[in-house]
Amino acid sequence: MTTVIDHLTINAGALPARSGLGLKPEHFRAILETRPDLGFFEIHAENYMVDGGPFPHYLSQIRRHYPLSIHGVGLSIGGEAALDEDHLDRLAAVLERYEPQSFSEHLAWSSHGEAFLNDLLPMPYDRATLSRVCDHIDRVQEKLQRRMLLENPATYVEFSASTLTETAFISEVIQRTGCGLLLDVNNVYVSCINHGRDPQACIDALPLAATGEIHLAGFARDTDAGGDELLIDSHGTPVAEAVWALYRYALRRVGPVATLIERDNNIPAFEVLLAEARNAESMLRTTTCAGAPA
Amino acid sequence: MSRQACFAEALLDPQQPCPPGLTTWNGSDPARRFAVYRNNVIVSLVDALADTFAVTQELVGETFFRAMARLFASAHPPTSRFMAFYGEAFPDFIENFPPAAGVPYLADMARFEFLRVRAYHAADGVPVATAQIAAALADATVLPSLSLALHPSVGVLKSAAAVVSLWAAHQGAGDLSSVVPDTPETALVLRNGLDVEVMEIPLAAGVFVDALLQGAPLGVAVEAAGQVDGDFNPATPLGLLIQKGAVTALYSLRRTP
Repeated sequence: MTTVIDHLTINAGALPARSGLGLKPEHFRAILETRPDLGFFEIHAENYMVDGGPFPHYLSQIRRHYPLSIHGVGLSIGGEAALDEDHLDRLAAVLERYEPQSFSEHLAWSSHGEAFLNDLLPMPYDRATLSRVCDHIDRVQEKLQRRMLLENPATYVEFSASTLTETAFISEVIQRTGCGLLLDVNNVYVSCINHGRDPQACIDALPLAATGEIHLAGFARDTDAGGDELLIDSHGTPVAEAVWALYRYALRRVGPVATLIERDNNIPAFEVLLAEARNAESMLRTTTCAGAPA
Repeated sequence: MSRQACFAEALLDPQQPCPPGLTTWNGSDPARRFAVYRNNVIVSLVDALADTFAVTQELVGETFFRAMARLFASAHPPTSRFMAFYGEAFPDFIENFPPAAGVPYLADMARFEFLRVRAYHAADGVPVATAQIAAALADATVLPSLSLALHPSVGVLKSAAAVVSLWAAHQGAGDLSSVVPDTPETALVLRNGLDVEVMEIPLAAGVFVDALLQGAPLGVAVEAAGQVDGDFNPATPLGLLIQKGAVTALYSLRRTP
């Protein structure tokens, strides 16, 4: 009986309320040699759907020393078509092998027909989309036998077909499916600037009580056809000061929660990323939760 | 056409107009914003190809490579959500891409680099114990009917160009100016433990390893190699495979009583 409980505890255990980093192959050896003091690592599930070699070898070793978050980028939860059951099988195998503390995916679509577009694409927020997204999340949670976290997107366009705000859409998905929220603070900031919304009000309107993880990342600056600022979710620069400020704001409402520094492009030396993670961690430590506004 | 079908088609084809039904908070033209998605998709695919085909890119320069990769990515987006092996069809595309005709060995360099990526992610295999191999090889009666399972990472490329020397020179090993590109070379690619290794082997040895990869017993593989080189001796390539831990099982169809 004890064994069963221990096993369940390991699987169901949440990520610690500390900061973590994305795991990059160029850092595998350094991590094992120096064992940096970090709360967790996060991987993209699809990168580890390989048969063998260095990726599974190093991840298995690193997993023994750190909690793990597995973040999917290819499930296409917002897709018009049914979920790809083969992909779901591969995902289940990756989760079974590495026993992560958390699994998350995006409110986006990335596949159509035969083509995989390798990007997180937007969708209208209407009733038909809502019901499809809920069906897909139900299927994922049923197949994986665990609660998933859903990440709020960074978007560049809106749809005339939308009948719900993004925050209302996400709130209803979370309420109907019981999934959790991966609060991407950079995405909130990027989308709010891109669509003329107030970032703090958007944070307040999200179902913060369901937050299981926070993402922080850097963006690139562009302008739209009207000359207004258009921010691009590039993951290629340090976290911007405005996003750190919004993070502190979010922490006061959410309380301390596992926070990832995402960096997928222009990857700097490991120490640089570690310094950003320490910055997040110091904010986590001084957080006193004021709770969500009434 | 469904909304996402229309969106997907417009993403991959810059000639198509921005899909209908998009709005912006400030009334600006959504086409400019849609272009961000179009750019993200193509750039992410071109970046993935540049990662896999790094020396191919060095041979023609970044501008040429990215223009060529962009055409490939628009016409052949990934069909798998698992991106590590994206670009398997890229070498054939290069082969038939007229502007690249001036670098006739470009397609083979891409084939070689793809073999390296395949080897890197191939399944792990446990080498057969040296004593077991020695015992099997010592029995001349079963030798011709002995089949060898090779490590899943093993691959061979028989090229009309000096792919291995060119690739090595681009890794800083060897002098690029001393490589004569149109010298035929046969490449053996495998993963030894965690490291992908590449080596140049004689053409006959390449034919021999290829035959083993297709499941041919030793006798048949030696005969095939002998057609290329009358003096072919299997001891050298076999020794190399054993030394690199690339023999993972031995099967004998005809067992001695």
